[in-house]
Amino acid sequence: MNDTICAISTAQGVGAIAIIRVSGIDAIKIVNKIFKGKDLTKVKSHTINYGHIVDKKKTIDEVLISVMKSPKTFTSEDTVEINTHGGIAPTNQVLELLLTNGCRLAEPGEFTKRAFLNGRIDLLEAEAVMDKINAQTEKQNEMANNQIKGKVSKLIDDLRDDMVQIISNINVNIDYPEYDDVDIITNDILVPKIKKLKEKIIKIIEESKNGEIIKNGITTCIVGEPNVGKSSLLNALLDENKAIVTDIAGTTRDIVEGRIIIDGIPLNIIDTAGIRKTNNIIESIGVEKSKEMLNKADLVLLVLNNNSKLTKDIKELYNKIKNKNHIIIVNKIDLENKLDLNYFPQNHIIKMSLKTKRGINKLKEKIKEEFNLEKIETEDPTYLSNTRSIAILKNCLKSIKDVEASIKNDIPIDMLEIDITNIWQELGKINGKYYDEELLDEMFSRFCLGK
Amino acid sequence: MNYEIIVVGGGHAGCEAAYASAKKGHKTLLITSNIKNIADMPCNPHIGGSAKGIVVREIDALGGIMGKVADKTHLQIKMLNSAKGPAVQALRAQGDKIAYPKEMLANLNSLNNLTIQEGMVEDLIIEENTAKGVTLEDGTKIISQKVILTTGTYLKADILVGSTRTRQGPHGEKPSNHLSDKLKEYGFNIIRLKTGTPQRIDRKTIDFSKTKLEPGDNKLLTFSFDLKPCYKIEDQEPCYLTYTTGETHKIIMDNLNKSSMYGGLDDIKGIGPRYCPSIEDKVVRFKDKERHQLFLEPESRYYDDIYVQGFSTSMPPEIQEKMVHSLPGLEKAKILKYGYAIEYDAIYPTQLNASLETKVIKNLYTAGQINGTSGYEEAACQGLMAGINAALSIEGKEPLILKRSDAYIGVLIDDLITKGIRDPYRLLSSRAEFRLILRSDNADLRLRKIGYEVGLISHEQLERLLTKEKEIEELKQFLKDNKIKINDNNQDLFKANGINVSNTTISLEQLIKRPQVTMSFLEQLINIPFKEEIKEQVEINYKYEGYIKKAIAEADKMLKLEKKQIPDDIDYYKIKNIASEARQKLNEVRPKTIAQAIRISGVNPSDIAVLSVYLKKEYNNHE
Repeated sequence: MNDTICAISTAQGVGAIAIIRVSGIDAIKIVNKIFKGKDLTKVKSHTINYGHIVDKKKTIDEVLISVMKSPKTFTSEDTVEINTHGGIAPTNQVLELLLTNGCRLAEPGEFTKRAFLNGRIDLLEAEAVMDKINAQTEKQNEMANNQIKGKVSKLIDDLRDDMVQIISNINVNIDYPEYDDVDIITNDILVPKIKKLKEKIIKIIEESKNGEIIKNGITTCIVGEPNVGKSSLLNALLDENKAIVTDIAGTTRDIVEGRIIIDGIPLNIIDTAGIRKTNNIIESIGVEKSKEMLNKADLVLLVLNNNSKLTKDIKELYNKIKNKNHIIIVNKIDLENKLDLNYFPQNHIIKMSLKTKRGINKLKEKIKEEFNLEKIETEDPTYLSNTRSIAILKNCLKSIKDVEASIKNDIPIDMLEIDITNIWQELGKINGKYYDEELLDEMFSRFCLGK
Repeated sequence: MNYEIIVVGGGHAGCEAAYASAKKGHKTLLITSNIKNIADMPCNPHIGGSAKGIVVREIDALGGIMGKVADKTHLQIKMLNSAKGPAVQALRAQGDKIAYPKEMLANLNSLNNLTIQEGMVEDLIIEENTAKGVTLEDGTKIISQKVILTTGTYLKADILVGSTRTRQGPHGEKPSNHLSDKLKEYGFNIIRLKTGTPQRIDRKTIDFSKTKLEPGDNKLLTFSFDLKPCYKIEDQEPCYLTYTTGETHKIIMDNLNKSSMYGGLDDIKGIGPRYCPSIEDKVVRFKDKERHQLFLEPESRYYDDIYVQGFSTSMPPEIQEKMVHSLPGLEKAKILKYGYAIEYDAIYPTQLNASLETKVIKNLYTAGQINGTSGYEEAACQGLMAGINAALSIEGKEPLILKRSDAYIGVLIDDLITKGIRDPYRLLSSRAEFRLILRSDNADLRLRKIGYEVGLISHEQLERLLTKEKEIEELKQFLKDNKIKINDNNQDLFKANGINVSNTTISLEQLIKRPQVTMSFLEQLINIPFKEEIKEQVEINYKYEGYIKKAIAEADKMLKLEKKQIPDDIDYYKIKNIASEARQKLNEVRPKTIAQAIRISGVNPSDIAVLSVYLKKEYNNHE
C-alpha cells in the first residue's frame, strides 16, 4: 500500500460534477503537479481550493480540490478529491493525467479496502460502505448508516456474548470437574439455551429479509390475460409515484424494467416488456421462462377483467401463484360484473378502475400490508443485509440444529462445546472479529471501482 | 569443572531437564540449594488433573520421567471427567510428598552423565550475549555450553503471612536474591507474581465422620505407557470432602484487612493466579455462595499432614486457627503449618523462543515457574522441552517445537511466548482448540515417535507403539469383516440397550457407529480378541469420527497459516499501515508465522491483512 491510487468516485457520465479521488502517500504531490492555483503541498488539511487542471499549459477543466491529510480521511491516507465538471471526456482526461503522473488506477473496492486495512472501519462497516454507495432510497441509506455506525456489529456481538457464557461455563465444568462452585451444565440445561440461541438467529435471518427488501426492493411480476389492463396498471403505478424508470440491467440479476418507491421501499417490476409487447407473459417468453420469472418474484399482481368470465387459463395461472405473495387486481369495475370473484380469497382482491385510476391507493396499502412495510418504515433499520453475512448465519443455524440432534444422541457436553465454539467463531466472521483469510479476498473482490 | 549443560534448580522442571539432557548422553550438572528438596511438592499433593494429566502422559510419551515416578509412588489415582467425552478425560494422582521426591532422586542418581550439586547460583557467565556458565554464591564459576534456569519461586521469594513479609522460599529455604537483578541487567523484563498455599492439618485431630469419603477409582490406571499398575485398588488412600460454613465466611469478612492480600501488607506487587484463588478471594467475589468445597488430602503415607485443598490463605495465624476450627470435622484440628502466600520474580515469557531458549541471551533456556506458569506438570513439561532442545542444539540439530495440534505442551509454550501472561499460567482444556485430537488416551500415538527421534524413547518402546498401531488397524478390519445376524433370538438384547434395529445381517463396523452401541455391548454378541486399550482407541475413533475429522480439518487450516513464515529480520516499523498497538506487540513477540501473529492479543484481523500484503510484496518467496 505504498503507492497512490485514483479513481472516478461518481457514476460515469451522470450528474453536474464528477469527483476523482486520489489516495496514498503521494496524493497531494501528484495532484499538485497537474494543478494551477495554490501550492497544494502548503495548504492546510481539510480545505477546498479553487483552480485549474492543466496538461502542459493546456487547461483541461476548472476544478475545486479538497485536500485532506492523513490520518483523518476515509482511507487514513493523504487524500485529494478533485471536483470536475461532469461529462465523460474531461473527467477521463483528468484521470489519465493522474495516471501518467504516478497514480495507479484503483482496483475494485480498493479505497474501502485501504480504509479497512488501516483500521478505520471494520468488516461489516466496509460492506456497508458498499451498500451506501449503491443506496437509492432513504431507507437504504439509513440502513447502511446503521451498519457503518456498528449497530449491526453489536447485534452479532450480543449473540456471541450469549454463547461465550455457555462456552465458558462448560469449560469451567471441564477444568474443575469436582467443584460445585459454578453450575454444572448438562444436556438438559443446554437444550433451552440452544433453543433460545436458535430463535435469535432465526429472528435475525427473518428480519434480514426486511433488510433485503429495503436494499433490493420487492421483485414484482404483473400477470394476466391480454387486454385486461396490465400496462395501464404499470403506467398508473409509475405515474402515481413519479418513479424512476430506467433500464437498470445489471444492478440485480433480474431485468428490472421499472422501479417504484412506495413509502421508501422500492418495487422492482420485472419483465414489463412481456406485458407491453405481447400482452401475455406466458406466450411471450415460454412456459419455462415464465415459471422462472414467477419463482423470482416476491410479489405477483394478477390482473383480471371484471367484465369477462373466469377461464381455465386464469384458473391455471392462479394455481401457479397462489402460494406466493399475490394480489388479485380486478380491473374495470365500472363495467358489468361477469367474473366469479368467489373463486378467490376475498382478502387478496383489490377492485380497481385503471381508466379512472380508482383503487391505486388501495393497492399501495395492500402491498404495504402484505410486506409489513409499516413496521419497516417506523423501525430503526438495523438489519443484516448482505448475502455473505446471511449465508454465514444460515450455516450457523444449520450447525445449531446439528447440536440439537447431537444432544438427542447423548453426545457428551464437551463435544457439544466444540460445536458451539465453532458457531461462535463463524459468527465472528460476520463482523470481522474472527480472522479468515479467504474472507478478505472474497469481500474485496465484490467491491466496485471507486470508493 | 566443565559441563555441557547446567540446570539451575531441582524442582519439577529442573528434574525433567536434567533427566532428558543426561539421558541423551550429555554431561549435565544439576545445581540445587538443597538436595533434600529435589522434586519437592511445596503446594498441593496432586500430579495430573484436568489438562495437566494429559501433559503428564505427553511427558511420558516423549520419554520424560514424571509419569513413571508418580505411578510408582501415588496414594490414589482417578480418571477425571470420566462421564464426559474422551477428549477431556485426564488422570489425577494424589502424590506422596516423601516417596515421590525419593523416587525421583533415585532415578536421577541412576543416570551416568548427571552430577547433582548443592549450591546457590547468583549470576550467569555471559559473553557477547551468550551464556557460558554460572557463578555460585561463593564466587565459584562453572563453565558449560548451555544453561537452563528452573528456579521456580526462588527468585527474590517473599513469604507473606498476615502482615509479615519474610524473604524466604518454601520450607524456609534461602531464596536467590541477586539472580533476578542480574537477569534484569542482562535485558530481561522481570515481573512479580504470587501464589498461595493452604494449611496442613494433623490427620489425628480430624473427625472424618463429618466429611464425605473421596476414594480413588476402582480401576487400575497408570500415567506411563511403559509401566504396569504397581498398586492395589484397595490400598489407595482416600481423600475427604468438607465445606466452609457461614461462620467461616463471617470470620474471613470480619478480618479481611488482616490478610496480606487485603491490606495486611500494602506493598504487594505480585499478581495471583485467577484459576486458584485464595479463600478470601472466593468469599469476597462470590458473596451469594453459602459454602465452598474443601478437599482434605493426605500428603504422604509417612507423616500425618492433611492438605486443605481450596483453603489457600494469607491471614495471620490466629485468624487461620479460627477459620480452620469453623469447618465441619476440623473443630478440634491441630494446624501443623499455616497457609501463606509467596511472591516471586519471573521473566516475561514473550522473551522466549519456542525452543525455550531466551531471545535475550543465547544458550540460556528457562523453564517452569520462572516463565510465569503455575503447577508441577506445566513446569515439568517445559523442563523436558528445554532439556531436549539444549541437548539438540549441542548436537547441531534443529529444536523440537511441538505444534498446538501436536500436544498440550505445544499449546502451553505457544501461549506463553505469543500471548504473554498476566497471572501465573495454568493449563486448561479450554486453551487447546484441538483438544479432541490431544487426548489422554492417544498421547503415545501422537508423540512416541517424536520421543524416539530425539533419542529419549528406546527401540523397544517404539516397537511396542508400532505393535499397538498395527493392532488398531487389525481391529478395524475385524469389525469390517465380522457380521452379526440380528433375529428374534438376540433382538431383546438390542432393545434392552435402547438400540433400535430390525432383523438383518449387519457388520460390527456399522453397529459401532451407532450412538448407543459400545464395544462392551458388542462383546455380549461376539468375542473381540483385542486388548482393552486397542478397543478403546478404535471405539473413540468410530464414535467421534465426525468430530475428529472436523478437528483435523481445522488443524490443517491452521497449519497452512503456520507455514506462512514471517522472516526474522522483518522491521515492523517499516509497515506503514499497522495499528500502533499491534506494531508494538508484533515487535515484542516477533512471531515466526502468520498463524502465531493471529494469536497475539491486540493484533487485529486488519493488522494481519496488512502484514500479509506487506510480506507478499516485500518477500516474494513468501508462501
